[in-house]
Amino acid sequence: MDTCLLLDAGSGGLASQRLTAQCFLRHFANPLLARLDDAALLRDVHAPIAVSTDSYTVTPLLFPGGSIGTLAVHGTVNDVSMLGARPQYISCGFILEEGLSLELLESLVQDMAGAAKEAGVLIVTGDTKVVPRGACDKMFINTTGIGSIFADPTPSGHNARVGDAVLVSGALGDHGLTIMGSREHLSFLSDVTSDSAPLNHMIAEVINAAGPVHVLRDPTRGGLAATLNEISEQSGVSMLLEEEAIPVHESVKSGCSFLGLDPLYLANEGKCICILPENRAEDALAAMRASPYGVEAARIGTVVGDKACRVTLQTRIGGRRILSMPEGVPLPRIC
Amino acid sequence: MTFETALHDPKLCRVLLARLTRALDGRSMRFMEVCGTHTVSIFQSGLRSLLPASITHLSGPGCPVCVTHDVDVAAFLELAGREKIVFATFGDLLRVPGPGGQTLKHAKAAGAHVEIVYSPLEVLTLAVSNPDNVIVFPGIGFETTAPAVAATLLTARQKKIKNFCVFSLHKLVPPALRTLLDEEGDNAANIEAFLLPGHVSTILGIAPYAFLADKHRIPGVVGGFEPADILLALCRMAEQLRDNAPAVVNAYPRAVNDAGNPKARALMEEVFITTDALWRGIGRIEQSGLAVRPDYADMDAAVRLGVRLVETPQQQPGCCCGDVLKGRIIPTTCPLFGEKCTPAVPVGPCMVSTEGSCAAYYKYLEH
Repeated sequence: MDTCLLLDAGSGGLASQRLTAQCFLRHFANPLLARLDDAALLRDVHAPIAVSTDSYTVTPLLFPGGSIGTLAVHGTVNDVSMLGARPQYISCGFILEEGLSLELLESLVQDMAGAAKEAGVLIVTGDTKVVPRGACDKMFINTTGIGSIFADPTPSGHNARVGDAVLVSGALGDHGLTIMGSREHLSFLSDVTSDSAPLNHMIAEVINAAGPVHVLRDPTRGGLAATLNEISEQSGVSMLLEEEAIPVHESVKSGCSFLGLDPLYLANEGKCICILPENRAEDALAAMRASPYGVEAARIGTVVGDKACRVTLQTRIGGRRILSMPEGVPLPRIC
Repeated sequence: MTFETALHDPKLCRVLLARLTRALDGRSMRFMEVCGTHTVSIFQSGLRSLLPASITHLSGPGCPVCVTHDVDVAAFLELAGREKIVFATFGDLLRVPGPGGQTLKHAKAAGAHVEIVYSPLEVLTLAVSNPDNVIVFPGIGFETTAPAVAATLLTARQKKIKNFCVFSLHKLVPPALRTLLDEEGDNAANIEAFLLPGHVSTILGIAPYAFLADKHRIPGVVGGFEPADILLALCRMAEQLRDNAPAVVNAYPRAVNDAGNPKARALMEEVFITTDALWRGIGRIEQSGLAVRPDYADMDAAVRLGVRLVETPQQQPGCCCGDVLKGRIIPTTCPLFGEKCTPAVPVGPCMVSTEGSCAAYYKYLEH
């Protein structure tokens, strides 16, 4: 067998069949996928349905705490979950670069399979394209997730209400800093690990314990700052946060301090923001903390009535400042 | 408890705020901080919202990106666009607009090979792995970064790495402060005290700032970057003003030696020579920049690659960055602030860098 991917594997002929059988069918193994029809037949998805799609283009493909494979499953599972849905099925499209190591491809497919298994979702349909060397950076993955909604009413960024509590399911900034560290080989960031994780089980427990919540969002690109600003705009409210209460690991704090970055603007891949009526906050927190992915969950602030739609931070020393929407990619500073 | 945590302690900060209020004794104080990291810390920590109302906080010309002149940006954009050049830079330079609003981001999208690096030494690794290209590193920054760049040149020579050169745009802090204070008449600076840059002072020590107190009778206090560090420095300034005893002192002794770092200065001396430099918003300041010495001309991008500096019209109409950098106005006074000039579409340099004072006002304050 070849050790690297040839253009033939995207031809639709025998070479494609071999790749599908030996790699994708083998690791994603499930009867719905194995039928290999043009589309997957799903009988147990009931309206209302949540659908979400995302494309994954991370460099490097492997990083401490995960890989593009785990991200491609976790990211989509989490997006579907944020609507109060139980993610059930995932489709996945691969764009692969000619010359990609087959061993690497297989290990990333195994990562996807493992992540799907933990989340309890099936990868039921897919597509593979192989593009000439240089036409993509090793591997791009698109996944679409689908699931039945069980929360009624469904959470939405438009539903934050004055007096609601703002919760976060754990420490912030780990994923963004990990990617930066491993991309640039920054040895002083060696103790930072991505938080990539499936949150669907935890979300289900939170809604079981606390009842319908007003808002669920995962603070991915743009971090906590971007997500809370978006919610404030959508809901027409402001928020007041306690900096002291926002969980950030010491390693992330010191790495950010060195690079001139703010952890509240860095991406997370295994955290959610939950906004709900104050009297149910403790139940929701307890449900989060009972999950391995919510041990460091905390209440970080309150929704307030100011119509300016701004997020204000009460700082550790007792001062106040705006937590504004980020502009572009966070760039490390000169000195 | 780490230093960082201890120096964010609300109780300690309250004690220092009370000491500051006592020292002010009802008087006002206009202080300027010279370092962009101070600017960010003062805003990010929320310290600014706690300072007594009688304190006016001004941000000076200490953000390296902010003071990089249009002429120099145009020159490195031209360099970056050349064939067989890898332009290796610190990240925050990517957003700096040159003439016509063009940035390194635009150059990159148009095909320039731009790499973000985190230390000058990393550039040598790039040079070794790109033997067919010349790696150009823009030497931007103050006395803090110049020694590391000097060390990189020396390492390159020692390791016989031939495809590496520096486009030196380094600037020196004391000449800029002199220029601010030497202005007269309508342009005269209205600054009563300086918060001196902690990082730069680790290299320089405190002697180069002596003229502040000796000639201008203005207190200068070297301060650290945590809220309590800054408050302590402000207390020392206010006490000097109260006692009419201006002096240049070091309130950051855990990092700064009064004599600075002679070894780092020797490295700078070996590789660089002082030269006139263009400061964005301020103009030409004599002997305020560092050029590569002729002995190292093979690693001087300006010489080796024949960089031409083309004069451009200096600022956009209406932009008051010059007045902001000189401490004459605060950013919100500028008619463009927040309307025509935002971090998304920065007109002037102070809005470009995350450490620029206009960007800090926009990002952290209600407006």
